[in-house]
Amino acid sequence: MDLILEGIYKAFYLLFTLDPEVMGVTLLSLQISGTATLISLLAGISVGTTVALAEFPGRKFVVSLINTGMGLPPVVVGLFVTIFLWRNGPLGFLGILYTPAAMILAQAVIATPIVMGITLAAIQALPRNLRLQILALGATRIQMVWILVKEAKLPLLAGVMAGFGGVISEVGASIMVGGNIKGYSRVLTTATVMETSRGNFDIAIALGIILLLLAYFINLILTHIQQRERPR
Amino acid sequence: MSKGSSILKVRDLQVRKAGVLILDIPALQIEEGELLSFIGPNGAGKSTLLQTLASLTKLAAGEIIFKGERIAADHAGFAYRRRISMVFQDPLLFDTTVFENVASGLRIRGLKKEEIDRIVNENLERFGIPHLLQRSARKISGGEAQRVALARAFATHPEILFLDEPFASLDPPTLESLLTDLEEILRQTGTTTLMATHDRMEALRLSDRIAVMGQGKIFQIGSTYEVMNHPVDEFVASFVGMESILEGKVVSRDRGSSVISVEGKEVEAAGEFPLGGGVSLCIRPENVTLAVRPAQEATSARNSFPGKVEKIVTLGLYYKVMVDCGFPLVAYVTAHSLENLDLKAGKEVIAIFKATAIHVVKRRENIQAAL
Repeated sequence: MDLILEGIYKAFYLLFTLDPEVMGVTLLSLQISGTATLISLLAGISVGTTVALAEFPGRKFVVSLINTGMGLPPVVVGLFVTIFLWRNGPLGFLGILYTPAAMILAQAVIATPIVMGITLAAIQALPRNLRLQILALGATRIQMVWILVKEAKLPLLAGVMAGFGGVISEVGASIMVGGNIKGYSRVLTTATVMETSRGNFDIAIALGIILLLLAYFINLILTHIQQRERPR
Repeated sequence: MSKGSSILKVRDLQVRKAGVLILDIPALQIEEGELLSFIGPNGAGKSTLLQTLASLTKLAAGEIIFKGERIAADHAGFAYRRRISMVFQDPLLFDTTVFENVASGLRIRGLKKEEIDRIVNENLERFGIPHLLQRSARKISGGEAQRVALARAFATHPEILFLDEPFASLDPPTLESLLTDLEEILRQTGTTTLMATHDRMEALRLSDRIAVMGQGKIFQIGSTYEVMNHPVDEFVASFVGMESILEGKVVSRDRGSSVISVEGKEVEAAGEFPLGGGVSLCIRPENVTLAVRPAQEATSARNSFPGKVEKIVTLGLYYKVMVDCGFPLVAYVTAHSLENLDLKAGKEVIAIFKATAIHVVKRRENIQAAL
């Protein structure tokens, strides 16, 4: 019992004194996962919308692939990103293995299918005649796609939440491609794993609390936007 | 371009879906300023035809000519689509304010802010909904939403307005007020309008011409009166010919009933209608009684006209008797009556019907005379 209470006490001490190491790890986590989510939004929304609107042979197969991708195990992503970035791997020339860039890449690979799948579902859930209505208002194809995406903005926000939530809490791929190097590629989750294995429960709890708070606040903001804009 | 010249011409139009021919229109011509309704049962191809004419569906064959120019069939068709508007059965409003909805077509065209403000307000005013301006489009009633959709369609000043079953999901009082307003607005703007509907009364009330569709084809096209009274075949007859439809003018009204002049004869109908207004009278054949000599007893039926039997058609259990009383009238009689009265073509009869058996439809001031 003492262990837990002392851990929590120490954790809040670290938080309120803005311990530089804890803050550094938090900031890096936000940067990496934020960038990865941004990349996944660009790729996920554009491809998701295209697949939702296009008619081509094998479309069902592509949709099933995207839906499967929404549940990609992070360690598998970590494994393949590591292989690709390995010295003599296909992308080895980039020399970014064990850097934050590699972590962004891995996290983007995890988040993209999530955003893509939710975008696909959101665009398909719009009324069938809405596309025709927008075209009949004189829209060019690009204008039409843009208006459709705006119409689907609420479910798309859910996609942002799911994507960011997935990568900020992910540990397997980050540790594999980032290497958990102190002050360089150490993020909240990888640090929590390490401190726990070392028995430094106070720091681990502090990191865990930050992770929970981050997840909570980001979802709070998004939920607020969603609730405010929701009709009725 | 003056009224009465054609705005849209269709030649050998064919549309296929998964290889199956779903629309086949060899020729169709739409006159500037007219309101043409496409009526027919579900699956007749009305919506497909409207969408095709609005350049929203690919053609398998044929061409559509708008004001002398061929319409591009693919996405380049947007230049043409900027000159038309379409309203669907669902209002399909965007998830934003009423103002933004009505402004959407104008924003797509990149108009200036002051101009957008002016046009949006003008059109909200026109449809009687300026108070909805800042409301969320999802928080308004079905009738209001359809008004917003119409305001959005009129805002871009369309040269052709396409209405695809725009009233099908409205309740009767909402429908009535919207129809009245739309009639007035169409009369003011003179916008060429193509409407798809399965409701004959709607078509009768708004249209200059009616086209009856089935199985992707137009079976008959002509003036409202002509199509309603002289269906060319059984299919059209089964869809429109269920009633006698007469056109007339209200000459007087008194204590809940009106006298309407039809082909020089005076018909009495229940209900008071504006004097001098054009109306259509619909009389169901089962409400018309035939007699061979004037009724001796006093009767409550206010209308009785001598006429001559023109044609008798068997309909299985009963007969459809077409009578010419100076205007065409259809009556259903049983085999018994047919024998008892010795009805046959050329026989003199008296057609009797009650004032309350007439369904009176106000008619739009149309431009039929100009066509």
